[in-house]
Amino acid sequence: MIRFQGVTKLFKRHRVLDGIDLDIALGERIALIGSNGAGKTTLIRCLLGEYTFGGEVSIEGQSPRADRTSVLGKIGFVPQLPPPLKMPVGQLVDFAAALCGTDPKRMHDIAARLGLDMQEILSRPFNRLSGGMKQKLLIAVALGRDAKVLVMDEPAANLDPDARHIFFQLLAERLETTTMLISSHRLDEVAPLVNRVIEMDMGKVVLDDRVADDTGLASLYNVHLTLTRPDAAIAKALGAWSFADRRDGVEWHGQVPGPDRLRFLGMISRYVGLVARIEMAELPENLVLQ
Amino acid sequence: MNHLWLTAKLDIVESLRARWFLIYSIVFGGIVALLFAFGLTESRVLGFIGLSRLLVTYIQLAMAILPIFVLITTVRSVAGDREAGVFEYLLSLPVGLAAWFWGKIIGRYITIFLPVFVAMLGAALWGMIQGIEVPWDMFIYYTGLLAAMGWCFLGIGMLISTLARSTDVAQGSAFMVWLTMLLFLDLILLGVMIQGRIAPELAVTLALANPLQVFRTAALAMFDPQLIVLGPSAYVILDLFGATGFKFYALVYPVLVGTLAAGIGFLTFRKSDLP
Repeated sequence: MIRFQGVTKLFKRHRVLDGIDLDIALGERIALIGSNGAGKTTLIRCLLGEYTFGGEVSIEGQSPRADRTSVLGKIGFVPQLPPPLKMPVGQLVDFAAALCGTDPKRMHDIAARLGLDMQEILSRPFNRLSGGMKQKLLIAVALGRDAKVLVMDEPAANLDPDARHIFFQLLAERLETTTMLISSHRLDEVAPLVNRVIEMDMGKVVLDDRVADDTGLASLYNVHLTLTRPDAAIAKALGAWSFADRRDGVEWHGQVPGPDRLRFLGMISRYVGLVARIEMAELPENLVLQ
Repeated sequence: MNHLWLTAKLDIVESLRARWFLIYSIVFGGIVALLFAFGLTESRVLGFIGLSRLLVTYIQLAMAILPIFVLITTVRSVAGDREAGVFEYLLSLPVGLAAWFWGKIIGRYITIFLPVFVAMLGAALWGMIQGIEVPWDMFIYYTGLLAAMGWCFLGIGMLISTLARSTDVAQGSAFMVWLTMLLFLDLILLGVMIQGRIAPELAVTLALANPLQVFRTAALAMFDPQLIVLGPSAYVILDLFGATGFKFYALVYPVLVGTLAAGIGFLTFRKSDLP
């Protein structure tokens, strides 16, 4: 599906990518991780045909530079930092849909599923939206078309827990037909989303490993938490996860998307001294879909 | 072709919401309003009175500010968009590079030419309402000159934007280009000629290769067809082109320079890193 062969990129004699060789098959979900300057963004830009480079990159045998429109028609991209576009949201969606040959309604529908009130924001300038709204809209633009490859740079970083869960569901709906490349600084942010991890450092692939996870992307967990005493800081953190206080700030209940378990436990670990008991149980699939 | 117009439309929408466009429109609209307010249509110079006098002054002012305005706003917004990640995102969509580049130029051209033209047209319409005779031949030629000049500096601006990798470098380069053209206006060349360093023909050729000078001379020729104010240089120009020939040259040459610059810009853009 996607092939990198000896891909090298230099910026003023500084080697940012150093002979990258990768084969990525259809349906693979890859976490591209590494510290700042490891070469993740450069690799993504080579894949999008935005950078010139040594070696070869191909998607279904086509070059992203020479066969630009054909290749990019298959790729949905969500950048880490939303572009500061001044155009109204409706115009951006219409522009993207027209270029991708899709119906803008598909993007509107996905944005609505992610919790965006499209009618309300259609005429608002894109750069005036909140960080989360921008992220949801860019996800909607990327998913609202027939993309075979999804390239996403920290896609869920600005999403609230509900939107994250719907985002994971949207990805789950495409598992069989889409290859995903998700870039992040931290593995815990993206680990539950992927089945393969590629770590980069100094422009080289230093780790290429498989991830075993039997939990589906669309799964949801019931979580009960008992604290030793009420605490304002953990109450605030649990509130951000939409947890409900069941008894005087000591008993908490809520739901956590399956792919977010690690992230949730990471949050809880900061208050581990206050945790008396924690229960996590996966909801049956028919309940999740409801 | 569809992608080209989509990109042009996108650029127009972005530009109309940008602060530079607001200032740009206020400047050109303001010039015309001020010229009317100060009663320029009633004053006389070299036999020009009424709207001709206003147009002559407007074109002189436009010559001074249009090139630097177009250069700076073009390089600032294009290089700025690249730095801010706008290119990274929009060029990840399946748009052809030719459609993107030329669509952006067309969109930008419409936004830079429209305020200049609308201000001039507004003056003509206001003149008609006031019962002032409108010199339509002069109006049409000046419109052509402004259109050619806008295209020329837009092309140069796009070339600078593709060559420079940062807004600061692009802005500095644009300013240097403008300053160099300004330095090569005829007065400097005449000074050099007086010192006997170069042949008069070379000085005139250099002057005529400078779009700013071509624009200025063509504007002068509208109220001084024999180009008396240019002195001996006028003989070379009129012998070479004739009065009509020079009017034609003044329209075509800046368009060619702009197209060539934009063309080189596109070839560079196509072969280099996009964001």
